[in-house]
Order: sequence, then C-alpha cells, then structure tokens
Amino acid sequence: MKLLGLLLLVSGWAIALAAVALLKTTLERSVFVLAGIGVEILALVLAVIAHRPAKGEGE
Amino acid sequence: MTPASAVCLFFILLVPLAPAGLALINTGLGRSRSAAHAMLAALCVMAAAAIVYACCGFAWQGFAGGAAYTLRAAGKQWNWIAAEPLFLRGHPLDGSPVSLVVLLQMLSAGLAALIPLGSGADRWRLGASCASAALLAGCTYPLFAHWAWGGGWLAQLGSNYGLGRGFLDAGGASCIQAVGGLTALAVTWTLGPRRGKYATRGLPAAIPGHDAVVVLFACFLTLLGWWGLNAAGAILFTGAEPGRAVLIAVNTLLSAAASLLAAVAITGLRFGKPDSSLCANGWVGGLAASSAACAFVTPAAAVAIGLVAGALVTVTVAYIEWPLSIDDPGGAISVHAAGGLWGVLALGIFARFPDNVSGQWLAQLIGIATLLGCVLPLTYALNWLLNRIYPQRVDPEGERQGMDLYELGAGAYPEFVTHNEEFTQQ
Repeated sequence: MKLLGLLLLVSGWAIALAAVALLKTTLERSVFVLAGIGVEILALVLAVIAHRPAKGEGE
Repeated sequence: MTPASAVCLFFILLVPLAPAGLALINTGLGRSRSAAHAMLAALCVMAAAAIVYACCGFAWQGFAGGAAYTLRAAGKQWNWIAAEPLFLRGHPLDGSPVSLVVLLQMLSAGLAALIPLGSGADRWRLGASCASAALLAGCTYPLFAHWAWGGGWLAQLGSNYGLGRGFLDAGGASCIQAVGGLTALAVTWTLGPRRGKYATRGLPAAIPGHDAVVVLFACFLTLLGWWGLNAAGAILFTGAEPGRAVLIAVNTLLSAAASLLAAVAITGLRFGKPDSSLCANGWVGGLAASSAACAFVTPAAAVAIGLVAGALVTVTVAYIEWPLSIDDPGGAISVHAAGGLWGVLALGIFARFPDNVSGQWLAQLIGIATLLGCVLPLTYALNWLLNRIYPQRVDPEGERQGMDLYELGAGAYPEFVTHNEEFTQQ
C-alpha cells in the first residue's frame, strides 16, 4: 500500500509533465494537469491510510 | 557593492529571525522535558544544512543563467540541474548578486530543514535529525530550488510553453515552506506517532505544548524574518525593484494578520475560546502563504490569501491529528505544506502582471504537481533509507524520560522537580 501510494504520486507527476510536453492547447494541458493532480491526491489518501497506526499501537 | 545589493543584504540579514522564531515555536509546542533538545536540534540542523549546502547544494541549485545540464524533449530544452563547482568555488563572495543568492540560500536551506523538527518533536534523535537535514540541504532542496529559482524547467515554462511568466515564487512558499512541510510529512510517517498519542480507542490523547508565551513571542520574530525572506527573494529571484519591498512588507503583514484573525475566529467558534497554539500556527501559516505572491498582488488580495490560509491551517491541523492519525506536534505539515501549497496556487489566482500574460495558474499547478509527485516521494525515500541505516526514532526509554535527559544529560529547566516514578512507571 505504501509503495503503491508513492508510485501513484510519481505517476500523477508524470501525467502533468507529459501534458505540458506533448499537448498543445491550454485547455488540453489544463485538463491533464488537473487529472495528474487528482491522481496525486488519491495517492496521498492511499499513503495516509497505509501509514495510519494500528489501534492500541504504542500503548 | 551597488545600493540595490546593499538593500538586499540588509533583508537577508533579517532572515535568521525566521528560523529563530520557528525554533521557539517548535520548542514551546513540545514537552518541557524535551525543550533544550528542541533548541539544540534547531541549531544543529541549521549548521548541518549550511555546511552541506555550501559543499554541494549550491552546485546542484546554481542560479538563473549559470551552467546547467539540459535534456532535449518534445522539441524544447529542459534545464534539470545546475553544473556549478562544488564548495562554492568560482564565485567570489563580494556582494555580487550570485554571492547574495549563496548567502540567502544557505539560510533558506537551513529554514527548510528546520521545519520537520516540529513534526518529529519528542521522539527524533539529534543525530538523525542532522542527517535528515543534510539530505534535504544536499539533495531535495537544491533540486527543486534549481527548477524554480535557478533557471530550471519550471521557471522556463513561460518561455518554453507560454505559461505566464513560468513558475513563480518570490519568497519560497514552494522551495522552502512546501519542501520543508512535505519533508515533515515524510519524517512523521518514518517516525510514527509519539508513545501514548493513539494508545487508546477513540480520540487521540492531547499532549499540549509547554510554553504558550514563547510560542506567541516567536510569532513576532517570524514576521521580521519573513519580511527579509520575501523581500530578498523577490529582488534576487523575480527581479523586483528594491522599492517594491514596501509592498512586499505590507502584503506579508496583511496576510499573516488575516490568517491569525481567521484562526482566532474559527477556534473561538469551534471551542468557545480562541486556542493560542492554533492561532500561532495560523499566523505562521499566513506568512508561509504570503511568500509566493507577496510581490505580485494587491493588499486586498493579500488579505484574501491570509484568510484562506488561516482557515486551511486551523482545519487541517485538527483533521491531520484525527481522523488521519498523523502525529504532528508542531503543526508543521498544515502550516508549511498546506500553507505553502496554497500560497503557490494563490499566486496563479490573484497575481496581475502589466503585460496581461495568461496561463500563470497552470504553471503554478505544475509546480504543485511537482512538489507532490516528485519532492514528497524523493524525501520519503531518502528518510526511509536513512532510517534503515541509522534508526531515527529514540528508544522507548528515551521517550519516557524526555529527550533532554536521555540525549543531553540535563533538562532545560533544572529547577523543575523530577520524580523517580517517571522513570519507573510502565
């Protein structure tokens, strides 16, 4: 889960980079950059869930 | 030295007040039995970051127009990393703009490295925090700072792809605040929560800070430091005229003030009375958010940026503690990561330029995507690796005794009575 979350973070960045390099219009770039950030937010949620301490941990 | 350089040097000499303020805030929000450790760690982290940055950080970061490695992709040159000599060789430190960049960046790298100390309070070993600071100052910080401030590919988004003026950040909302705040998140994940924080089912245990007076006094110091940081950054990295420093100072103060009042109002409504530690976090969050856009927005926009920052910081501090279960005693993730990212986005929303360039908001979004998708995984991987080689968390016995006695051998407040049972209870 942790590794998946971190890989998804990088994937979101790759989508944003590819949008800038490969697409031409501002609208297309905007949509794909926002999609990349959406993937990153999902990845953050996954990473946060994976890092949550188990109940009673540290007692 | 030109008059403009002298003005810039004056602002840079104000910058150490920012880490001084943050160190006091981190100390006051921690436990009294770790107070001396927190202050010493802040000094050691600044020292480690300054030395490592001078040794190799500046070589990777460089400056706009300096030597750099580039890749050619999709018909454009992508400037990825600087190619300056190690140990600051080749650049006389004589008051030239490059020498001022070196001085400001040594302090900025230290400030960014100091931010995670707030998250790792009461459980982060001194040696490990210095090693983590060295990784930040030698790798993460210079890499992103080159992209944003050193003429890298983010700064070139305007000239290469017509996205506004390229990624802009006058005072370090991204390079310093967001990089430091995301490193704080990585450190918190690596260390885990404090002993007893999430020990029982239900809500987390409250572990209040020990000195609200120090925390609130530090807020005054941070204002002076941020004035220096924002003004010097704007002059050196965005080409602002020294006279623009007045607008920058006004916007910085307004953003912090609005953020503080938003935090006072929200905590007052939520808890019945304002919460001093959350209000202090709101103040610093407003400063962090002001950094990117302070040179490009009107005072009214600065107030709006501050109001959103105050609300964002106050809400995220509570949300991060529960239900996300991230133990961040100093609120560094909310204040610096959330506040800094909001500041970067706010520039894209509120900034107005005389030539009416378009696409600035998209350049800012790409900067945010880079912080989340490149800087966070990189800093997490580095801290995870460091933890495998040199465990970062103190032993359970040290956490029970407090970091002062366990790592330093003496407490910050020796007149306090230490009871034997504190060392024997399970």
